[in-house]
Amino acid sequence: MSKTEDGSLGQQQEKIVDSQAKSVEKKESIGEGREITITSLKYNPSNPDSKPEFVDYQLRETPGMTLYIALTKIKATIDHDLSSDFVCRAGICGACGMLVNGKPQLACKTLTSDFESGKIDLLPLPTFKLIKDLSVDTGTWMKDMSIRVNSWIVANEETDISKMEKKIEPKVSEEVFELDRCIECGLCVASCSTAIMREDFVGAVGLNRVARFQIDPHDSRSDEDFYELIGDDDGIFGCMSLLACEDHCPKNLPLQSKIAYMRRKMVAV
Amino acid sequence: MKIIYTDALIIGGGLAGLRSAIATTDKGLDTIVLSLVPVKRSHSAAAQGGMQSSLGNSVMGEGDNEDIHFSDTVKGSDWGCDQEVARMFVNTAPKAIRELASWGVPWSRIKMGSREVVINAQKTTITEKEEAHGLINARDFGGTKKWRTCYTADATGHTMLYAVANEAMRRGVVVEDKKEAISLIVDDDKCCGAIVRDLKNGGLIAYVAKGTMIATGGYGRIYKQSTNATICKGTGHAIALDAGAYMGNMEAIQFHPTPIVPSGILLTEGCRGDGGILRDKDGYRFMPDYEPEKKELASRDVVSRRMLEHIKKGKGVPSPYGDHLWLDISILGREHVEKNLRDVQDISKTFNGIDPADEGEKGWMPVLPMQHYSMGGIRVTPNGESINIKGLFSCGEAACWDLHGFNRLGGNSVSEAVVSGMIVGNYFADFCRDTDIQIDTKVIHSALKKQDDYLDNLLELDGDENIYDIKDEMRNIMQEKVGIFRNGKDLEYAVKRLKELLVKSKNIKVDNKHRLLNPQLEEAYKVPMMLKVALCVAKGARDRTESRGAHYREDYLKRDDANWLNRTISYWADESDIEPTIHYEEFDIMKMEMPPAFRGYGAKGNIIENPLSAKRQEEIDNITEANSDADRYTLQDAIMPYTLQPEYKRVNERLGDAK
Repeated sequence: MSKTEDGSLGQQQEKIVDSQAKSVEKKESIGEGREITITSLKYNPSNPDSKPEFVDYQLRETPGMTLYIALTKIKATIDHDLSSDFVCRAGICGACGMLVNGKPQLACKTLTSDFESGKIDLLPLPTFKLIKDLSVDTGTWMKDMSIRVNSWIVANEETDISKMEKKIEPKVSEEVFELDRCIECGLCVASCSTAIMREDFVGAVGLNRVARFQIDPHDSRSDEDFYELIGDDDGIFGCMSLLACEDHCPKNLPLQSKIAYMRRKMVAV
Repeated sequence: MKIIYTDALIIGGGLAGLRSAIATTDKGLDTIVLSLVPVKRSHSAAAQGGMQSSLGNSVMGEGDNEDIHFSDTVKGSDWGCDQEVARMFVNTAPKAIRELASWGVPWSRIKMGSREVVINAQKTTITEKEEAHGLINARDFGGTKKWRTCYTADATGHTMLYAVANEAMRRGVVVEDKKEAISLIVDDDKCCGAIVRDLKNGGLIAYVAKGTMIATGGYGRIYKQSTNATICKGTGHAIALDAGAYMGNMEAIQFHPTPIVPSGILLTEGCRGDGGILRDKDGYRFMPDYEPEKKELASRDVVSRRMLEHIKKGKGVPSPYGDHLWLDISILGREHVEKNLRDVQDISKTFNGIDPADEGEKGWMPVLPMQHYSMGGIRVTPNGESINIKGLFSCGEAACWDLHGFNRLGGNSVSEAVVSGMIVGNYFADFCRDTDIQIDTKVIHSALKKQDDYLDNLLELDGDENIYDIKDEMRNIMQEKVGIFRNGKDLEYAVKRLKELLVKSKNIKVDNKHRLLNPQLEEAYKVPMMLKVALCVAKGARDRTESRGAHYREDYLKRDDANWLNRTISYWADESDIEPTIHYEEFDIMKMEMPPAFRGYGAKGNIIENPLSAKRQEEIDNITEANSDADRYTLQDAIMPYTLQPEYKRVNERLGDAK
């Protein structure tokens, strides 16, 4: 690897490839050590004295810095009172959704080096109840949605778990898995116009969940049963097909085609 | 003051806690699950590679059964596990996976016919049988004789957790998230619930229950570099320590060979299970030189040590974050990576700008062993109850019942989480059903008041120590002095310094003087909890003068079966103590199904043998001969009988039997 004059890390990293010591260059997401400014909303609704305000934090960027690393540093060294939600910090658990320069994103997967201006504005996810600063209550929303769409297998046969499992076509299992990858981060809900207008709209997350059970061979529910759950304007007919959900889904779920699929099924009921 | 009464209180909403809650709810008990985060965000979701279960459906798993899974697990543990618990586990795992399938886990299924796989860096064709078509598939993992690890791409923990959480919801399990237990209510050596902080508003609530279960996962965050989620701080262990509960083998810490550098995010063992290989700075595949038989797929403790050994020889790749090695999965081909290792690809692309499906060196990912799993935990009996506090149960990673001994096999963690939720969850339910408690409200009030006063006192402190600096130093000490290679001098320093830090943590200052949501106040009460857990790890490691599994002493290189075939018990004898008290639980070789021997991988000739091992082996040989006509179940029972709920003890059907 090369170093710049001031001793900070350069953009390129060199590695030796094989026994002939042939060298190649490899790009790493290494920042410049520049000064960046992160601006966050601060507000604690449970404290009557708290007023919403924006606070600027200046810090030096480090190589490969994510918003998780940046906010952890801010909390330890600049503002001990700043709240945010991080759990896995690997883009797997879906806890850390927030608006980053206006776009709903998983903060842990957002690199500060992606922002050329070095200025990053953070707001809590809309639609969800604010707990404090950047921390929102996605848990209650997702629980309500899950109960609303009966987000579980309904089987009409008992399983004897000491006997051979039911055979499933490999392709079908893959299709169910594809939709089961949703991490309930809420970015689809935060980017959805219907969700802002209709408090009880189940969102792309809810409609995708129903599509997931609809194709699962373990589930015995009919399309009529699913119609009972989502056959209204808070369900499949509430979607205006603006599809910001698909644009912002961090798992790249096929939300557009699955919502269209469910709508066709429900119209047919 | 707010008091909530319930039959069963479960602290922790990951796979183990939720599966236990299903067990208690099924028995008609009022159950409350408390979780720091919405339960689907629990760290179980981060398990990638898979779940071990000896279904033996795939052609590469043919002939697999409970006996082989048992033997792999015992060897993996370096004979540190409880063999009866291992038997309970392997017999229930196939049932667990079939239950999960019926709850909607979209397990990868077998497709009949031929397909190309990579084994030992060679493309090989395997042919699946017609009768296996549609059954649950499995991949290879470290330390296993058969392909036994069932999976959903590399998001196995996620799909398992969602299925169990959904099923729990269907059955009406009450889950309260953003709730943190900060202390247990103990009355007359019985646990009767917990004092809980509401993380939405900072208020305190007393939960009073007939039985209390801790299923809070591991304590990896006491290390600077860990694959664990930010919530894995060991606070569940700390509240149990404060209640006087015994911990088991806290020094048994697993370091995973392949977290990515520098973020420490895990890249699953499935990378190597599917045929990925490790390379050094010269691009050379070095593992076959060290481990000719298992190569990259020896147990994790062995592979991690071999990697560092190789780096010490100057073969590491220099980087701004220190030397690392390469993990190469590009040899598996783009199609395989994008289908079965897609989260790995996503992580590598996002955090390192490397697409691991890119052919050749361009796709190699920088990796280095880091803390990954806590084999130790709250010491419980095989039915999950604390060995010294009545009414306190524990299961999953939080517990030491003890399935993993000094090293856990990959794929046995999520498997244990669910299986222990089934077994221990049911014993816990029986306990809650059959127990009545009498508790004076004065006891509850004084337990609440104690925590209330404690938090107020923290706010009033006006010292000059910084809680964030104390935490950083603790995590650095654990990283540098209580890591993969350990020695007496470093461990002595670690214990001494951690004690000093614990004292310093009482001389801090919290800037904001309010009890609402106050992140600094949370640090102020959590860091001392983490320090107590860290002290159990460091002192246990200092005193254990042998090498076993993941506990490796440079000054005591041998596994010492003559003197150390035991389990470390650590506990806080007195509230004012600044270090744990330690004693040992001895093993009885004469009751083992598999007496200590060589694992089949790792350095040879490094065992101080116990004479009883050979004696017991002779005894087993005689029993085997006397039962030469018996089936394997009868033989097993003759060698080491064990107790398990009848529904879980039933024989598991397999493809071969169904013919």
